[in-house]
Amino acid sequence: MSILVIAEHDNSSLKQATLSVIAAAKAIGGNIDVLVAGENVGAVAEAAAKADGVNKVMVANNAVYGHFLGENLSQLIVELAEGYTHILAAAGSTGKDTMPRVAALLDVAQISDIIRVEAPDTFVRPIYAGNAIATIKSSDSVKVITVRPTGFDPVAAEGGSASVEQLDVVKDAGLSTFVSEQKAKSDRPDLASAGIVISGGRGMQNGENFKMLEQIADLMGAAVGASRAAVDAGFVPNDMQVGQTGKIVAPQLYIAVGISGAIQHLAGMSDSKVIVAINKDEEAPIFQVADYGLVADLFEAIPQLEEELKKA
Amino acid sequence: MKVLVAVKRVVDYNVKVRVKPDNSGIDLANVKMAMNPFCEIAVEEAVRLKEKGVVSEIVVVSIGPKACQEQVRTALALGADRGIHIETDAEIQSLQVAKLLKAVADKEQPNLVILGKQAIDSDNNQTGQMLAALAGMSQGTFASEVVIDGDKVNVTREVDGGMMTVSLTLPAVVTTDLRLNEPRYASLPNIMKAKKKPLESISPADLGVDVAPRLTTVKVEAPASRQAGIKVADVAELVNKLKNEAKVI
Ligand SMILES: Cc1cc2nc3c(=O)[nH]c(=O)nc-3n(C[C@H](O)[C@H](O)[C@H](O)COP(=O)(O)OP(=O)(O)OC[C@H]3O[C@@H](n4cnc5c(N)ncnc54)[C@H](O)[C@@H]3O)c2cc1C
Ligand SMILES: Nc1ncnc2c1ncn2[C@@H]1O[C@H](COP(=O)(O)O)[C@@H](O)[C@H]1O
Repeated sequence: MSILVIAEHDNSSLKQATLSVIAAAKAIGGNIDVLVAGENVGAVAEAAAKADGVNKVMVANNAVYGHFLGENLSQLIVELAEGYTHILAAAGSTGKDTMPRVAALLDVAQISDIIRVEAPDTFVRPIYAGNAIATIKSSDSVKVITVRPTGFDPVAAEGGSASVEQLDVVKDAGLSTFVSEQKAKSDRPDLASAGIVISGGRGMQNGENFKMLEQIADLMGAAVGASRAAVDAGFVPNDMQVGQTGKIVAPQLYIAVGISGAIQHLAGMSDSKVIVAINKDEEAPIFQVADYGLVADLFEAIPQLEEELKKA
Repeated sequence: MKVLVAVKRVVDYNVKVRVKPDNSGIDLANVKMAMNPFCEIAVEEAVRLKEKGVVSEIVVVSIGPKACQEQVRTALALGADRGIHIETDAEIQSLQVAKLLKAVADKEQPNLVILGKQAIDSDNNQTGQMLAALAGMSQGTFASEVVIDGDKVNVTREVDGGMMTVSLTLPAVVTTDLRLNEPRYASLPNIMKAKKKPLESISPADLGVDVAPRLTTVKVEAPASRQAGIKVADVAELVNKLKNEAKVI
């Protein structure tokens, strides 16, 4: 078996999700190559070459890949696909945009968001917002897959010594161009890979009040997330949404503040190791999944929590 | 310009589904069905473009059993002009849905195709991208804003870490995210009017598309359920438990 892993990165650093995708590739077994496509990605390629278990890193360094446009990336991947039995990427916004395109161009199905490998042709994935877990078998010659990073413990970031090969394949589909982007800058850990996540819901009442959660996050080294209701109400940006149609997180500790616990929200966080819920409604469904529930007004509980954490 | 919108009939998002005792799938007997929420947003966007005078005709397509016609009628009541139902009782997977939609697009020649980003049953998030690839079209996935600008469309996308705007050459495929718009409800007079709008029913064979599945479901299980834990009396007890019992801080 021969597996091509598409690295997830932001042109300057390799995302930890890639290490989880490599772990999924190891679970399949066989030779593992990594493609780093982007602009000025030298440092990313170096990091990928050090990851445990990688044989070869291929680098496609060109402005046409700089913004990860699916139209261009998919053509590049299809060009390299020959000889690979599996093509894997993280189920982030780039992977979700690009991999179905790759699959369609290869005339194969795509398997989304796998959380386990049963056999080289059999994979496990959640459906219906995680209310059911399906085991899927593929009859295609090439398996095109997106991997849910929380399903696989990342391989070691250091210790490998893969060869690095520069490609000069430039694929510009000429269909789309980048116009602009607004990316939230934050010194806090990445939501998707943080060890502790504290999320606020509609109960937070406004964006200003999220500062209270940010202060706690800074004391704990946590990332801040949100429910869809908090995002829709404009309290916080969309990329903070945790859930079926937002980010999937599985930290050591998840603290839900003023969140009712709709199935779509639970789909994004119920694999967390320890769940804490702070809600004034003792009937809130979030308490059914919480290890520690505190029935309280968050505007009293959160300042107290800050005090307690400062004492520690 | 002409817009094609694909809508899927799925289990209503409020229903907590149950796995069949023999683990062969989801129990869909007597379960409330509805239009996929992301498809409602797709229909709404097409209707808004028509109201702005940018779009002249909206064609809506659904693939699946006879009952899908309910969702097509709903879309017609919301403002679509014409419906196409591709009738089949077989399970149709995303690649095959994309092939069927490609065949419809070849006939209809839309300038824009709008789909939901994700069907909330399969949670696949694939079909729009696959259709774009098969039709050689550009794609604006996870859209939170769509602005037609001559022979281009500017799409603002919800991506990891924020938003990104791309300019796409038409014809293009757009897949909707939750913040694109808030769908309206169909009014009673419009529901009545929709009954008279044209709805054509065809089969996958009419379109010459092979819909044989490539993936087989080996089994479907209920997720490992979490047990509710304990209630703590106050914040001090909570912090104490997190430190000394759970040892996570
Ligand atoms: C297609 C689709 C996809 C969706 N995807 C997602 C998703 O990815 N993520 C997601 O989160 N949701 C998603 N949703 C929405 C989901 O169904 C819920 O509407 C949403 O999660 C509710 O957010 P909430 O818990 O913040 O708000 P609410 O349900 O309004 O709950 C607010 C909670 O705050 C509590 N509260 C209020 N004031 C206080 C106070 N002072 N102190 C303590 N507690 C207080 C209340 O008791 C209540 O339990 C989706 C919905 C659809 C249809
Ligand atoms: N059977 C179907 N009929 C019509 N449209 C569909 C069908 N299946 C998927 N789609 C479209 O593709 C989108 C994404 O679905 P999926 O890729 O399956 O998550 C949906 O929101 C619909 O717009």
